[in-house]
Amino acid sequence: MASDAPIPAAQPDRARAASLFAAPLAMLMRLIDWPMQALQRLIGERRMAYVFLLPNLVFFSLFVFLPLIINFIFSVTGGAGLFPSERPYVGAQQYAYLFDCGSFLDPSSCREDHFWRGVSNTARFTVFQVTAMVLFSLLTAVVLNMKIRARGFFRAVYFFPVLLSPVVVALTWKWILQRDGLLNAAITSLGGERILFLVDPSWAMFWIVFVSIWAHMGFYTLILLAGLQAIPADLYEAAEMDATPRWRTFWRITLPLLWPNMIVVIVLALIRGVQTFDEVFVLTGGGPGTATLMVVHYIYETAFANQVQNFGLAAAASVVLGVVLFALTLAQLAASRRKGAA
Amino acid sequence: MAGLSLSGVRKAYGATTVLHGIDLDVTDGEFVVFVGPSGCGKSTLLRSIAGLETITGGSIAIDGADVTGLPASERGLAMVFQSYALYPHMSVYANMAFALENMGFKRDEIDRRVKRAAGMLRLTDYLERKPKALSGGQRQRVAIGRAIVRDPKIFLFDEPLSNLDAELRVATRKELAALHAEIGGTMIYVTHDQVEAMTLAHRIVVLHGGKIEQVGTPLELYNRPDNLFVAGFIGSPRMNLLPGKVIRPGTVAIGAAGHEVGCQTGSLAAGAAVTLGIRPEHLALAAQDGGVPLAIELVERLGGESYLYGASPGLPQVTLRLDGQSEHQRGASVALAFPQQHLHLFDDAGKAVRV
Amino acid sequence: MNRLARMATARRNPGRWHWTDIAAYAYLGLGVVLMFGPVLWLGLSSFKTQAGLLEFPPSLLPMSQKEVRVEGHAQPLPLFEVTMEDGSKRVLAQVRRIGIQAQMIDPANPGQSIRVPIDKRTPVREFKLATENYTEPLERFAFTRFLWNSVFVTAVATLITLVINSMAAYALSIYEFRGKTAVMLMVIGTLMIPITIILVPVYLVITKLGLVNSLWAVILPGAATPTGVFLLRQYMLTLPRDLIEAARMDKASEWQIYWRIVMPLAMPALAVLAIFSIMWRWNEFLWPLAVLTKTEAYTLQIGLNAFQGELQTQWHYLLAMTVVTLLPVALVFVFLQRFITTGIANTGMK
Repeated sequence: MASDAPIPAAQPDRARAASLFAAPLAMLMRLIDWPMQALQRLIGERRMAYVFLLPNLVFFSLFVFLPLIINFIFSVTGGAGLFPSERPYVGAQQYAYLFDCGSFLDPSSCREDHFWRGVSNTARFTVFQVTAMVLFSLLTAVVLNMKIRARGFFRAVYFFPVLLSPVVVALTWKWILQRDGLLNAAITSLGGERILFLVDPSWAMFWIVFVSIWAHMGFYTLILLAGLQAIPADLYEAAEMDATPRWRTFWRITLPLLWPNMIVVIVLALIRGVQTFDEVFVLTGGGPGTATLMVVHYIYETAFANQVQNFGLAAAASVVLGVVLFALTLAQLAASRRKGAA
Repeated sequence: MAGLSLSGVRKAYGATTVLHGIDLDVTDGEFVVFVGPSGCGKSTLLRSIAGLETITGGSIAIDGADVTGLPASERGLAMVFQSYALYPHMSVYANMAFALENMGFKRDEIDRRVKRAAGMLRLTDYLERKPKALSGGQRQRVAIGRAIVRDPKIFLFDEPLSNLDAELRVATRKELAALHAEIGGTMIYVTHDQVEAMTLAHRIVVLHGGKIEQVGTPLELYNRPDNLFVAGFIGSPRMNLLPGKVIRPGTVAIGAAGHEVGCQTGSLAAGAAVTLGIRPEHLALAAQDGGVPLAIELVERLGGESYLYGASPGLPQVTLRLDGQSEHQRGASVALAFPQQHLHLFDDAGKAVRV
Repeated sequence: MNRLARMATARRNPGRWHWTDIAAYAYLGLGVVLMFGPVLWLGLSSFKTQAGLLEFPPSLLPMSQKEVRVEGHAQPLPLFEVTMEDGSKRVLAQVRRIGIQAQMIDPANPGQSIRVPIDKRTPVREFKLATENYTEPLERFAFTRFLWNSVFVTAVATLITLVINSMAAYALSIYEFRGKTAVMLMVIGTLMIPITIILVPVYLVITKLGLVNSLWAVILPGAATPTGVFLLRQYMLTLPRDLIEAARMDKASEWQIYWRIVMPLAMPALAVLAIFSIMWRWNEFLWPLAVLTKTEAYTLQIGLNAFQGELQTQWHYLLAMTVVTLLPVALVFVFLQRFITTGIANTGMK
């Protein structure tokens, strides 16, 4: 019996060290098991599914579904009260106020010009950021997928900022970009003039795009890298046998096969881009002026930071943002379904 | 230990019915094997008995008590899964003790039972190991041990040997037979391997398309198949099934030349379409001018026996088993004789024609 | 030396260098500078003294001017290297500066005062880590409190998330029950609703629960993560059904199956979710910013943000506290990098 030959014994349990922690836990679980068994006898094993679902659903209802409804109620009521009972019904007035614009292309012609500045800034930011993000993460993924030394190290280099908190990211760059910062030191040492990066509106926009790419590129690179590594190596070997030039291999083999991942990256970056807040808030505070004010920042300020808290207007703006996100998410689902089918 | 009784057990998934009213009685201590091709419903039937599937109709009783509505955990049965389903994060000991803990046994009783089962199954040295550090045969024995310790009313086996290699399968088969002889117990065993069925079973239940085709002892099924399906399924290589026609009572014509074979035709009228069945080992060679001519297409010599495969006009490929090492060559021609006492005759509905 | 050169030029695939290989290494080299540089600079800067931070152009390493105690002077005096009129160089301590002249003394001979034009002297500097940047804010300001708040939020929230998400995932992967599709749709729906668009009403719910300015206000809303349910369910679906059925045959209750069979086997997925939850919670910003208004309830992120608003000039503390905030994540990354990256690559979540 060849396959019945003994295999070396397993290592002694590592669990012994953890037993200090495990023993009370096991005790607790046995305590829970007692009422659970009684319940199971009462309702039958199949209906225990509802018991297991319950805690999560309570949380979902309390902190997602209920708020979703309240959000809508807020958006059609006015006044300064927080509780719906204190708020008079105003119909579509909040939305009308929000959309009261001379021209949608010119935020300053709008009643609520900050909202439209936010929309316009967020739109510009998202377009720049997503374009650059896709290009750079694709480039990085392709390079990391080449036959290079220390690939793990380089992948880690590009990835680690993903884990940093937005506050840390923003403060790190703020320190570099400030008037007497490292970057200005480099510029002056090369004979240039100091630039007030976060005071000049177009520089500020450039830097928030740059910093958000710096912080999140690693994430998208990983998704693309996974896609690249899923492309069978023999396709490349076949292309090499056919003496296909590298650029043509990239264009005709890599890119089409990577397309599903590309779509995921684009849509995810869009969804995140539209919700941009944290890094920008800390880095520029929406300034100079309103040059980098984002929609989410507007919502936050309207609801919480302004002297007069306007929950109704913030909720209406949230609903508008929600509609945009919903459309983008549907696009993502469609894209990932196509990915599943491919 | 207990008997089992199924009556009118039906199981349907939406519009597709997989079990069409199964009636079966298993007596205490019996070893029953469900056999059939894949998709015949044998595993579904076993899982219905276990309580892992809820049945659509009919009832299941263990020891006379109706258990149709009881969940698996309350039926008191033990099952050995095809994949063994050993808990990968538990040691062999913990795997075997798990059920006993759930049943609320005292620690020393658990220990006694596990040690006893381990001794029986030669697992004593492996009790502290995790399943992944065991060989295939050892895992198989742990799965059986997990069932034994519980001392269940009925043992259920779902193709327990199919994940073992050929050599080990034969060895484990013998051990299983010995185990049953030792501990007794009602066992229900599902397999698609007819050799397992023939060697292990007291009674075999042949299932096909969600229906029972025949129930009987292994030799009953071999010697007196009720229908074409059982005839073709039991026995290896399979029985030669040759289409023919009754030309007069006691005579069937087969092949393009209408060769006449003497055969009990029962009450069939002349002109009825029939299938003549004969096992390869029962076909005999005839004098060249007297039998059905067969052009040999392939000869397999296994040493102790030889198989001849050949064609005859108007007949499917015919298999013939000869003792010893046949001298016949490919391309040669032989004549076949059909000894009457070994012939099986089936009417055009596939039912055996009994006299 | 030769071996080193070979190692440096070796490629996995021995062959001639293609220009794309050179370009690739150049790009990666640039990447190292651009990605690591800022954080390294943050780390170095955080050890500079307040005066050191004001220097322009800044020095690379945390340097500070050397000082000496001289008899007759209460304060330590800064040391300068002075180029004397005869071209020789001396190290002198500065007593005071008058216009473009500095009054200096030789520490070895404190009696004699020397006047030096200020452009003839350069500070003598030494490498010194200003560790008080770290100790002072933790002692004098509420940063210890913030740190504790962050740790508490992260730990408790992760624990709750793991338990309730795994229970839901267990229900959705093991059972067939009426309404399963509806629940799945609800989970998918939740996936589409980030906190950014329900900020106000969640605030209302928290107010109703009386939790404003409590850490539970931060912990609870995000505890039931749809991503976590999905991740765990996906993993649990890969567990052999036979194991569950074997456990049922073994008379285990459904809770025991969950706790003793499924949870131990889902450990890899639980670990991934735990790591992600820790990162989410540690880094969370917008929601705590909205719901925490009292300083003593601030998490580290909010505290840090508030600190930069209040004390624009105190970069030495701010940088040090930024490093403190970054440190746990950096440690997680160093030890679990491979784990995290494969987790992201497999699930596409963040």
